[in-house]
Amino acid sequence: MKTLLTSKFAVIRDPEKCIQCQVCVNQCSFNANYFDAEENEVKSRNENCVDCQRCVVFCPTMAITITNTPLEYRYHRNWTASVIDDINKQAETGGVLLTGMGTDKDYPVYWDHLLLNASQVTNPSIDPLREPMELVTYLGSKPQKLEIDERTLELRTKMPPQVKLNVPVMFSAMSYGAVSLNVQKSLAKAATEIGTMWNTGEGGLHSSLKKYGSNTIVQVASGRFGVHSEYLNSGRMVEIKIGQGAKPGIGGHLPGEKVSSEVSLTRMIPEGSDAISPAPHHDIYSIEDLLQLIHALKEATNYTKPISVKIAAVHNAAAIASGIVRGGADMVVIDGFRGATGAAPKIIRDNVGIPIELALASVDSRLREEGIRNKASIVISGGIRNSGDVIKAIALGADAVYIGTSALIALGCHVCQQCHTGKCAWGICTSDLKLTKRINPDVGSQRLINLLRGWSLEIKDILGGLGVNSIESLRGNRLHLRGVGLSDSELEILGVRPAGR
Amino acid sequence: MDNLRHINNSFNDDKVIDACSIFGAMNTSGKRFPGTGVIKAIANMHDRGNGLGGGFAVYGLYPDYKELYAFHIMYLSSEGRKETESYLGENFDIVHMEEVPNRKTAKITNPPVIMRYFLDVCKHQPDIALQDDYVLQAIMHINTTRKGSFVFSGGKDMAVFKGVGYPEEIAEFFCLEQYEGYIWTSHGRFPTNTQAWWGGAHPFSVLDWTVVHNGEISSYGINKRYLEGYGYHCTMQTDTEVIAYAVDLLMRKHKLPIEVMAKVLAPPFWNDIERMPDKERKLALALRQVYGSIMLNGPFAILVAHHGELIGLTDRIRLRPLSVGEKDNMVYFSSEESAIRLISPKLDKSWTPMGGEPVIVRLKQESRQLPDTREEAVTSGR
Ligand code: SF4
Ligand code: SF4
Repeated sequence: MKTLLTSKFAVIRDPEKCIQCQVCVNQCSFNANYFDAEENEVKSRNENCVDCQRCVVFCPTMAITITNTPLEYRYHRNWTASVIDDINKQAETGGVLLTGMGTDKDYPVYWDHLLLNASQVTNPSIDPLREPMELVTYLGSKPQKLEIDERTLELRTKMPPQVKLNVPVMFSAMSYGAVSLNVQKSLAKAATEIGTMWNTGEGGLHSSLKKYGSNTIVQVASGRFGVHSEYLNSGRMVEIKIGQGAKPGIGGHLPGEKVSSEVSLTRMIPEGSDAISPAPHHDIYSIEDLLQLIHALKEATNYTKPISVKIAAVHNAAAIASGIVRGGADMVVIDGFRGATGAAPKIIRDNVGIPIELALASVDSRLREEGIRNKASIVISGGIRNSGDVIKAIALGADAVYIGTSALIALGCHVCQQCHTGKCAWGICTSDLKLTKRINPDVGSQRLINLLRGWSLEIKDILGGLGVNSIESLRGNRLHLRGVGLSDSELEILGVRPAGR
Repeated sequence: MDNLRHINNSFNDDKVIDACSIFGAMNTSGKRFPGTGVIKAIANMHDRGNGLGGGFAVYGLYPDYKELYAFHIMYLSSEGRKETESYLGENFDIVHMEEVPNRKTAKITNPPVIMRYFLDVCKHQPDIALQDDYVLQAIMHINTTRKGSFVFSGGKDMAVFKGVGYPEEIAEFFCLEQYEGYIWTSHGRFPTNTQAWWGGAHPFSVLDWTVVHNGEISSYGINKRYLEGYGYHCTMQTDTEVIAYAVDLLMRKHKLPIEVMAKVLAPPFWNDIERMPDKERKLALALRQVYGSIMLNGPFAILVAHHGELIGLTDRIRLRPLSVGEKDNMVYFSSEESAIRLISPKLDKSWTPMGGEPVIVRLKQESRQLPDTREEAVTSGR
């Protein structure tokens, strides 16, 4: 069938600069650049280009520019280019449209409507270069109160297990198979060096990563890939994955081509077989089933590890979170609808779920109203871009955040949304060994360390400006936030005053 | 406590910003002394206030009514007074009531009516262990639901005198030179963004706990949300109230020793915690993990008092001043050392405590009415 799709991008090669070295040909995993031997010239197939910028970055003479194709569809408010393209794709294939990354739709980003406070005169701002500025955060359930021996001043209360973070930013779940081993190595190494956590995702823990155990959160998802008692006990925390912000309500599918021998060993499934995570956990059809799984995992880990439950931010996230906390979870993770995915139906990614800012505000308020906020830590994820987002999330009530996309960008990702193709030119979202070696874990972890170092310096600056010297004084302190351009009901949900008041 | 989850302002922005002078004096053998010296000392720091609030807390004040809860209530309307008095009549035995004596002065214009009541709860709440909660609930009830009625204090054998004016003017208005007590604290206020009102002056109290405070609590938003989870409603439009409730929660409800409470309000830094010996580290770590939301962050110097104890504390990096002086049985705290020297020029000892280091003054063993097993300590924290 002839395709009616037109190319989206144009590869423009400056003939003055191009030296015909063919680097771009080798770098492009989408087969968009080729060498025409007859004409002895490097050429491009625009229709294959996904604008991943790999060739642009690696061209030694900087001869390449990628632009949106100048051929634009005639303007129509309703029938935009992407709508027309999607219809054509389905007319040609008859399938569900898959995509990667987080949604690129134009929904409001509430972080950009929240502004932070700073001290002037009545209280001094604090200079983080001269005074201690504390970002240490402990995740885990906290008792309502402490009992202390009045005479000896000894602690009588037995504290539930706590996980220490030097920076309240963790790397979110990205499974081996969805991302390459080198990506996981980079994350694990960086997390260990910084003193934060990385998350295995649902694909098990590769044996070479066991040494990073004390900075690892091991995940248990509906497919139960690679889950066994040693796995559960090799991390610092266990996370039950119920849902994912990019695709609430549906499961996962790792195609057999990505299940290499190493992936097969780690996931404990036959090589080359599809790894399918069912939409629900088939042993969790209601909250009391979740409670049982939480307690089974606590038993399996001898009550030494906090148990986390991750859900997608959906309409009644607050009530669900309350149930999860009452079910015994030590941490609730809420993944907003801007969260990314290795592969998801586009229609779900772009239409299901709610913004994380609103979900977070209502979950935090709800747990406080019910007097159970101390019982669990709240962690959010889904589209956190910079330290400003982090600090606003903490002021709204989060204990910490997970970053996924930001971490991948630090490793090279240019957000081309081709994660589902397995051809990631940056060697991130692929199991093609030719591509995965493009990530060097030493370089990758250094880039991640730099990123979080930069963020923590910025967070310290902001805290000092607010006149506090410890992150817990900002956690849930919405008084330091003001809203701009928000409706009354949005402000009410966020628990934030409009700017100027 | 009724209506436990009631949140009176979900935006948490009902606080005012202010700066101040504070002064405290305690006789560690429990001997009562008149307020003249304290008044003179706080007046010496006149410039640290702006005449929009002054106040005093006095302990050992009502020896004749020692066993009764002494309520000092301000009324802004006669209707509110009628309602509140009938509420008091229903829930307590009113043993004695009168207007708090005052004199007409040039400086205090248009004062509200301030009454005091000596209340017996034994018939209404025979269980001694529950009496404090019963009284506190009544105070919260009056403050949150009775329009124009505000309970300034409600402890036994103590009271808070406060209002709009410089502290020395308030002292003159309430004839404070005529009272005696073994602990006095006082406060001169410099609010920057509020209309002056009598309820906004310091000290703030919960039962017999009082707090005077110089500073601004930048962690107010989360402190208030945390306390609301325990049924405390902030009604006085100031962050000092939060400190008073925090103290009540930690000491009375959670039964933490006073030095431990100080570690919650101004905790050691994580780096210092890591270097502590094992037992101490465990405690400090758990305190920060559990009570992080009630840590007071931002510049502050506070004096917290209750029967038998007076404690001075600054924030962890001491952004507000506090000096201590000792002479015989007297211990003084002040924003400025000069105020101490003014009334006690020859001190045995005087110093400036470190940031976050609590200075705890206790009644000497022989003069203690309360059983106490801790070692003989007059002033600790040095
Ligand atoms: S490497 Fe990326 S940007 Fe370059 S031609 Fe290929 S797909 Fe396009
Ligand atoms: S991970 Fe790779 S394929 Fe996916 S968006 Fe990033 S660069 Fe593109």
